[in-house]
Amino acid sequence: MSEDRKYDRVAYYPGCALEGTGHAYNRSTKAVGKALDLKLDEVKNWNCCGAMEVKNIDPKIQTYLSSRVMSIAANEMGHDVVMAPCNGCYHNLKKAEYDLAHDDGSKEVVDRLSTKAGHETYEAGQVETIHALDWIKDGIGEDGLKAKVKNSLQGIKIANYYGCMYTRPRHIFPEKDKGPGSDSTSEPHFMDDLLAAAGAENVDFPLKTACCGGAHTLSDSDISTKLVLNILEAAEAAGADVIATECPTCHTGLEMHQIRAEKRLGRKTTVKILYFTQLLGMALGLSARKVGVQENISDSRGFLKEKGLA
Amino acid sequence: MPIHEQSLIRPENIKTHDKLEIDGIDVSGHWSTFIESRVVTDYNEALEDEIAALPGGEYIHRCWQCGSCTNSCTVNAVNPDFNPRYWIYLIRTGMESELLRDKDIIWQCISCNKCTYACPRDVEPEGVMKATAHWLEKKGHTPKSPSIIFDELFAEQVIARGKIEESSIIRQFFKRTGQPLMQDWLVAMARGLLMKLPVGLMRRMGLAVLFRPRTSGWSKARAALEEYVEECEREQRRALGLGDGKPE
Repeated sequence: MSEDRKYDRVAYYPGCALEGTGHAYNRSTKAVGKALDLKLDEVKNWNCCGAMEVKNIDPKIQTYLSSRVMSIAANEMGHDVVMAPCNGCYHNLKKAEYDLAHDDGSKEVVDRLSTKAGHETYEAGQVETIHALDWIKDGIGEDGLKAKVKNSLQGIKIANYYGCMYTRPRHIFPEKDKGPGSDSTSEPHFMDDLLAAAGAENVDFPLKTACCGGAHTLSDSDISTKLVLNILEAAEAAGADVIATECPTCHTGLEMHQIRAEKRLGRKTTVKILYFTQLLGMALGLSARKVGVQENISDSRGFLKEKGLA
Repeated sequence: MPIHEQSLIRPENIKTHDKLEIDGIDVSGHWSTFIESRVVTDYNEALEDEIAALPGGEYIHRCWQCGSCTNSCTVNAVNPDFNPRYWIYLIRTGMESELLRDKDIIWQCISCNKCTYACPRDVEPEGVMKATAHWLEKKGHTPKSPSIIFDELFAEQVIARGKIEESSIIRQFFKRTGQPLMQDWLVAMARGLLMKLPVGLMRRMGLAVLFRPRTSGWSKARAALEEYVEECEREQRRALGLGDGKPE
């Protein structure tokens, strides 16, 4: 069991979205950490990882931006694990790790930019980047979580939505697809496992890793609306009350385009959208307000009250 | 290599004649439909190399046309004309004029990476789509797409400050693309939020707009990144044979 305690104290990289539209995710992640006694040290003076946009100017700029975050965590704070709850941040740190280990050109640019920017360069292997899902799944486990549940999610039907960046492309996630104990890139299940441990009923949801069109949520809104509507309607058809999310871009995209689909296409859906950390937090006995439910665009307060969670 | 031959049966290439006799044989009407013969003389032999010189396009040469990319493509499911396999074929064979027929939709790739996940040859088609969209813009075939305008705004802010502040990006994006900020669905969303947000949170959000987040001690990183962006721009212009490689 000693292995299980490896995420007791990790470096925490919230990223820009968690200070803006995804603030409820930041709040609920910290609250869940506190309730589970998992300590978070925020990366000092962090910068944006490059999100989905900077790589389209030049991928190596994104590699540098992500490497700086890992460099601070490792070289200035002495951490060997960085936890990023945002799929975009998580993905970019993983991608930078892969490129620095496999591509000399990327390493040369990162070394050069780090020297000019006046900080130590990041060497591949200095830190392990994990998602908030790994953090809870491997840090506390389903049994550990079950023991702390005060307010079971029993009777809540959930469609677990993982999005694109948590699983694709496969080569940047070498720890996935390793069978039992690891997550899968084709059928991810860590969120299902955790919410089931908290008492929820997971529905059979075929669009777990479908794309919400997040990269073009504003620049090509019509396609994003269609993609989001697919996800919302599939979740409702599967019998879900709630879509659980693990990414601020997906989450906000689902919420915004749920409204846009109603306004522009006349297609109304009523499925609620909540971060998985909000659901876990409430299961751990935290109030809806503590996990930031009032900050969501999708208003689920009535529903949560009805289910005895708020 | 039959893929591009679909171009031969487009309506404008199909001919029927009301009254036509060849060597004494009547070939009029529907039963004697002709396909316009075509000779391609305008191959751009540099096309594949140019796409490969842009970030993301590096592995296009690996493609063996299995079609896994198009089969898995999120955008293709919405718009069947969005066909990465076909475009990769056209690029590799230098069929520039055929590629240009689809120039206005190539930027719509949403980077879901399903193609890259499915590709058995590690072509990384998502990168090829981005490289092709850049190529179209840099060569002047298309104006800047909303997507690249967004990417540039975002990158400018990250390079300048180290962090981004979402609401200012949204406002600037609507301004640069000439769209009104007061869209029915955005208004509905804002109204819904204002109804239930506590005063404390609204103050915090207001402060983020006034004092935009930034990474402290970022100035040296900023200078290094600005220099690097210029360097990339010069290299790309040189690879595409545009001027002497100096930025415009």
